[in-house]
Amino acid sequence: MQLTIKYFGMLAEATSITEEQLQTEACSVSDLLKKLKNQYPKLNDKDFKVAINQELVNNNYRIDNEVEVALLPPFAGG
Amino acid sequence: MEANNRYHRQIILPEIGTSGQEKLTTAKVLVIGAGGLGCPALQYLVAAGIGTIGIVDFDIVETSNLHRQILYGDSSIGENKALAAKNRLEDLNPTIVINAYPEKLTTKNAISLFSEYDIIVDGSDNFSTRYLVNDACVITGKPLVYGAIFKYEGQVSVFNYQNGPSYRCLFPEPPKAGSVPSCSEIGVIGVLPGIIGSLQANEVLKIILELGDVLSGKLLMYDSLSTRFSTFSVNRVDPEISKVLAVQEDFETMDYELLCGIKPVVEILPEHALTIKNALFIDVRETHEQPKIESLHPKYIPINTLQKELNTFDNEQEIIVFCQSGVRSKKAVEIFIEHGFKHVSHIKGGAIALYEQQTLKEV
Repeated sequence: MQLTIKYFGMLAEATSITEEQLQTEACSVSDLLKKLKNQYPKLNDKDFKVAINQELVNNNYRIDNEVEVALLPPFAGG
Repeated sequence: MEANNRYHRQIILPEIGTSGQEKLTTAKVLVIGAGGLGCPALQYLVAAGIGTIGIVDFDIVETSNLHRQILYGDSSIGENKALAAKNRLEDLNPTIVINAYPEKLTTKNAISLFSEYDIIVDGSDNFSTRYLVNDACVITGKPLVYGAIFKYEGQVSVFNYQNGPSYRCLFPEPPKAGSVPSCSEIGVIGVLPGIIGSLQANEVLKIILELGDVLSGKLLMYDSLSTRFSTFSVNRVDPEISKVLAVQEDFETMDYELLCGIKPVVEILPEHALTIKNALFIDVRETHEQPKIESLHPKYIPINTLQKELNTFDNEQEIIVFCQSGVRSKKAVEIFIEHGFKHVSHIKGGAIALYEQQTLKEV
């Protein structure tokens, strides 16, 4: 299945992209994150939350169909 | 009537009317930070006729602020921001009450300050203030209108509103110190905080006027380069809120700069630790772990039971924690600090280093 991954804020800088398509088997959010951190080592020292189809989920959430995954970091600036 | 004329264009909106204007007049809003976000938010809130506005900012106006902090001009450079903002805003609307607090928001003043207002607007620029503001809003039960920016992107949400989620339900713990740069480090275009601060002001007005759907339980992300708004739903996480309420009695003594890693956890060298008197030593290893450091007469409290034992200690006492190598003891110090303990440190290198040091001495 194909996932759309969106990177926000400093995560877009860490990966040098704001969005990509990814082919994957059904997996948990933490499995997906392992994969992404492997591909983009700079994600390892970043804090962020994951949303699936615009809804925040925890790392146990199981991705079993084509969804949009957003990686959301905290911002501090004002 | 002057008031009706001043607010005429919003009063003629049928959803607002004179009764809506009356709600604005009786409302009290506290804005934390009169910078990039605070300036536009304050400008619209004051213009709309919010009856009482508080402004907290200890910082002074600098030339490099002027491209985005639009309440100030050359004549305000060097002045305190809360006072300079009050000065400008009193001209914009002399019919309301504006309280300037030219001081740093701390755990000491936050609760009493927040208690005097109905809604808190977070326009701060660092994580320690953001977590402090969130926790103080949870403790005082005040809605928090949140806004934050990074480069060309912004976030907006309303927390702690009608049993909705808090900031910690979204981001439970502050990120590692230095992992998220600030505007002063990476730059910002002035319009971005203008947009985000205005969105915050709009949420404040919606809450007061009971208009539309308040942005509670949702995180709005705005990307100014692609001109895209995305909204993500955020659920309330009760344990995160209970955690804050559980430590409310210790809130005044908590150190948010320490929690956010701005101040490092204090580390003591083993050779120094062995000479310290009058401190309580705690060994947080499992009971079977060797070598034991009997000379320090430690209390043995394995780290996973530490939480339960916290209330047996005095939070003013000097406490020195150690483990095998210094990893678990650092975690233990963080647990103590989260619960308002002030004089807690740990030993670098743990029992192994202490043991070596003792052996050296004996030789």
